[in-house]
Amino acid sequence: MASLLRSEIGLMMSRRRNQMGLLVLAGVPVLLAVATKLSGGGGEHGGGADFISQVTQNGLFVPLASLTLELTLFLPMALAMVSGDAIAGEAHQGTLRYLLTVPVSRVRLLAVKYLALVFGAFVAVTVVLAAGLIAGTLLFGARPMITLSGTTIGVGAGLWRLAIAGLYVVAGLCALAAIGLFVSTLTEQPIAVTVAVMVVTSAMWIADQIPQLSFLHGWLLVDRWPAFADLIRQPPVWDSIVQGLLVDGAYAVVFLLLAWARFAGKDITS
Amino acid sequence: MAAADPPAQAGDGFAVRTEGLGKRYGAQDAVHDLDLVVPAGAVYGFLGPNGSGKTTTIRMLLGLISPTTGRHELLGHPMPDGLLAALPRVGSLVEGPAFHPHLSGRANLTRLDAADQHADPATRHTRIGEALERVGLTAAAGKRFRAYSLGMKQRLAIAAALLAPRDLLVLDEPTNGLDPQGTREIRHLVGALAQEGVTVLISSHLLSEVEQVCTHVGVMRAGTLVAQDSIEGLRARQRAELVLTTPDPDRARVVLQRAGVRELAASADGLTGTPGEQPAERIVEALVADGVRVRGIELRTPKLEELYVQLTGEGFDVRG
Ligand SMILES: Nc1ncnc2c1ncn2[C@@H]1O[C@H](COP(=O)(O)OP(=O)(O)OP(=O)(O)O)[C@@H](O)[C@H]1O
Ligand SMILES: [Mg+2]
Repeated sequence: MASLLRSEIGLMMSRRRNQMGLLVLAGVPVLLAVATKLSGGGGEHGGGADFISQVTQNGLFVPLASLTLELTLFLPMALAMVSGDAIAGEAHQGTLRYLLTVPVSRVRLLAVKYLALVFGAFVAVTVVLAAGLIAGTLLFGARPMITLSGTTIGVGAGLWRLAIAGLYVVAGLCALAAIGLFVSTLTEQPIAVTVAVMVVTSAMWIADQIPQLSFLHGWLLVDRWPAFADLIRQPPVWDSIVQGLLVDGAYAVVFLLLAWARFAGKDITS
Repeated sequence: MAAADPPAQAGDGFAVRTEGLGKRYGAQDAVHDLDLVVPAGAVYGFLGPNGSGKTTTIRMLLGLISPTTGRHELLGHPMPDGLLAALPRVGSLVEGPAFHPHLSGRANLTRLDAADQHADPATRHTRIGEALERVGLTAAAGKRFRAYSLGMKQRLAIAAALLAPRDLLVLDEPTNGLDPQGTREIRHLVGALAQEGVTVLISSHLLSEVEQVCTHVGVMRAGTLVAQDSIEGLRARQRAELVLTTPDPDRARVVLQRAGVRELAASADGLTGTPGEQPAERIVEALVADGVRVRGIELRTPKLEELYVQLTGEGFDVRG
């Protein structure tokens, strides 16, 4: 299991497309920091939890602002891309039949593929945070953070909260990866998986914006994704985060079971 | 350790046995009521024209698709429950090679070996080297798969089937895309593996391509197994033909009838018939003794290929 997982991660990281994707993810914080620096840091953004207005006074806010910026499109897109490769891509290439006849049991293959996606989510978020930290600290310096509650926490505590915020975002992406893995068992076209996952994500973001659908909001995967901002309060507010994790977990379980149900007896004709 | 097992410990001496195996796609029976028997140690030529159901059968044998009807055993393990127990001892090539194009040949084999829970990581490098050597791909091992020629791809797929010690090799058209020399090498390889006690199931369109190495033959036609026999059994089904060239056909006809030659028919310059018990030299003696002028006599055995063509039909069109 471990050696297949290593191979799977190596395969994912060796794809030129995925390397480019990581570059794009890293580019956003750099762009944000540089643009803010060049424009002289007009903090015309009115408060809110997008952290962009705080960037000039403290480089530690660059990674947080970048998470907010990339959460709607770039991070889900990254997961949508790699989940297309997971099963559909192998089926498309024909390599799936050779993996299964090695043999790799189908449940083990799904498990390895999912763990690799989880690793991918972790790498993607780490890249965003690391690029943001480096760019932010270089251009604006790292200072004790003024929290959304108005109090101040030290740099060390700020970094901790940043790490936890990152893990929370990773958890949300893992739930999305479960959806991606399920869709990946439905087709032999990796690009179809990417499109489907992006459509689902966008549809949820849109539904989340429509007040008339408020009864639905609590059930939407993305609804509490931005709740990591609650960590930058003093003391941190955990309610939304815990609810968010529960929703993530429910989505992950349901879609992993669906993926298993679909893949276990599927005819591999590619 | 799996590697220490003696080869061919197949149940009841059969490497593969199917009973009424069938696969239906929509309205079409891709494979129908198949009773395939591959004895342990055999080299089984699995023949049939395009679309006759060879690959579909092989996919069922390897558990890639589930049969709609029937049962089968692989190396004595009943399927599908015994799949994970049987497959480590089975090397396979199904419907052409398939690898990751951006990885080298060697990296692709490493990935497959990493996926194998029974494979020892300590011997990985050596085994991959040996497999590449065996298919003559050592020099090109570092090249990206994308840059391989069709024949090189095919060889890499065969190398993948040889990564671990096997009891059974299932090779679906292994010579597809190979040059004549490559085809000959594959034949030698199959022969050598058979010598080591490996059972081989090898599918092909051409009987002539596998005839030299096969001990058994199964012929598919439109999803049905129309013949299955040992090569000798198949040869025994064929009847020799006596071709006599003579300017005296009428007198010759009488003599030949007396000599037990049946199904006599006139040809442009003599007679043809099916000889009975009498050996050819006796027949010539009798002919000469009766004053028949013999210009030529020949005992012709039709090629196995002709029998194969009879079995599969001559038509060019694949079935719908
Ligand atoms: N996934 C599928 N869906 C529907 N029909 C299929 C599928 N796979 C195969 N068939 C049909 O099953 C029949 C047998 O196909 P199969 O691939 O087994 O033939 P084959 O003997 O391997 O042919 P070839 O020599 O061309 O490789 C064909 O008529 C084919 O159209
Ligand atoms: Mg075929």
